[in-house]
Amino acid sequence: METTITINVLALIARVLSGASVRWVDCQPDTCQRVYFANHTSHLDALVLWSALPADVRARTRPVGAKDYWSAGRIRRYFSTRVFNALLIDRQEIKVHQSPVDLMIREIGHRDSLIVFPEGGRSDGREVGEFKSGLYYLCKKRPDLECIPVYLDNMNRILPRGQFLPVPLLSCITFGPPIWLEADESKDDFLRRARQAVLQLKES
Amino acid sequence: MAPEREWASQIETRMDGRTLGLIGSVLVLLGSATVAVRVLRRRPDPGINPAILETFRLRVWAWWLLFATVAGACLIGKTATVIVFGLMSFWALREFITLTPTRPGDHRALFWVFFLLTPLQFVLVAMENYGLYSIVIPVYGFLFVPVRVAMAGDHKRFLERVAKIQTGLLICVYCLSYAPALMTLRGSEAAPFSSAGLLLYFVVIVQLSDMLQYVWAQIPSRHVIVPTVSPGRTWEGLLGGTASVALVGAVLCWATPFPFYVSALLSAVIALMGFAGGLTMSAIKRDRGVKDYGTLVEGHGGVLDRIDSICFAAPVFFHIARLLIPHA
Repeated sequence: METTITINVLALIARVLSGASVRWVDCQPDTCQRVYFANHTSHLDALVLWSALPADVRARTRPVGAKDYWSAGRIRRYFSTRVFNALLIDRQEIKVHQSPVDLMIREIGHRDSLIVFPEGGRSDGREVGEFKSGLYYLCKKRPDLECIPVYLDNMNRILPRGQFLPVPLLSCITFGPPIWLEADESKDDFLRRARQAVLQLKES
Repeated sequence: MAPEREWASQIETRMDGRTLGLIGSVLVLLGSATVAVRVLRRRPDPGINPAILETFRLRVWAWWLLFATVAGACLIGKTATVIVFGLMSFWALREFITLTPTRPGDHRALFWVFFLLTPLQFVLVAMENYGLYSIVIPVYGFLFVPVRVAMAGDHKRFLERVAKIQTGLLICVYCLSYAPALMTLRGSEAAPFSSAGLLLYFVVIVQLSDMLQYVWAQIPSRHVIVPTVSPGRTWEGLLGGTASVALVGAVLCWATPFPFYVSALLSAVIALMGFAGGLTMSAIKRDRGVKDYGTLVEGHGGVLDRIDSICFAAPVFFHIARLLIPHA
């Protein structure tokens, strides 16, 4: 890992470049174990969300990303291993005894928080897609985790799909009140509720 | 002999006694405004609407920031001034395009607008290449944008999208760049003047005219000019504000190379252009359904909200000043 100073400088640069204004709605930054789940429209999402967290929270928060994307190329590899300490998931071969959710739970222990994008891939930014089931299984195995909905606004205009040059527009990141998996909640109900929590932040 | 003269002329473009006098006057004015706000806020019953007082407090705060930035840059020199205004321009354009819906097909055009045309404009101003910086955006930039958007292949609402980008470029970049361009005006040897002083004078008059129009608009029996766009702007505000700014301009003529009546007239023109800028930006904001452009500092609006009058007044003031000042 890089030194704290390098990481803070990188986070500051990301903040200035993304022009992000950060809002915490009915929620405060905390170092307790959390899962930040957000809508996904741009390659910059993980970086911008990560940089919007306060330094002490950021040091304990690890984005979850696809191994094929984050280990391709020197810059991505540098960020994923030495800056984010990202948790990389192998999309090509998912083994039964080594599911991504098990990997996440083992890696975070009782200390780290996660950043996940439950849509699975990037959407075009007009609508938030249906959530994949990973978030549900994660919460089922660790019901104590606080799930924080996050809405990233305007990121799809800064660096949309299929573009590699960013346009420096201003973005807005909204953190919402935490949700937990209820004791007898079904998978579909929970995922629908989680998606609704992100969509609500869009309106607020 | 030569280096000595060069040195002397450099000092002249930066600061002279009169410019320092102008800075001093503004410090006194802002200082007393700050004290007045403090005193009024401490009173249990201030006697005026607390919302107006809060607006005024935030406004004073923004003026300190603007004045410190511009005066600081002017003290350092021409290049610093151009860089400061270049950054302001970049940020204002960010706010403008953020609030203007664009389509994915505009992405590449926007990239060049932000990273090529905007810096280029300010580099040309710093190089004092009047022939180029006065046309590079309204001719070459305005031809480039539609072509690049067309090349992206998305023809839906083509003219509308192109016009949005062009308007942003015109107001936030081209017009604003005429403010630091004031630093490139030189007097003749017979009639030297401080161009830094001229820029400061311009910024002070624009901000004063904003405030005075607001103050005059508070008087009762209001005749609103355009109720659908800006219900706060009245004929009383415009006329009263312009007249009182002309008066201030006449008093401040010692800070300019002009006689008092020219200074008064220029101030009135600045006030009218400032009004035009505020009204135009209000129309755009109203169409987008927002009150302010940015969220740089919570509750203060954006950079663009503070400089819209500067953007509209700068090119007009620059051209008149350029005509009136005898060239070396």
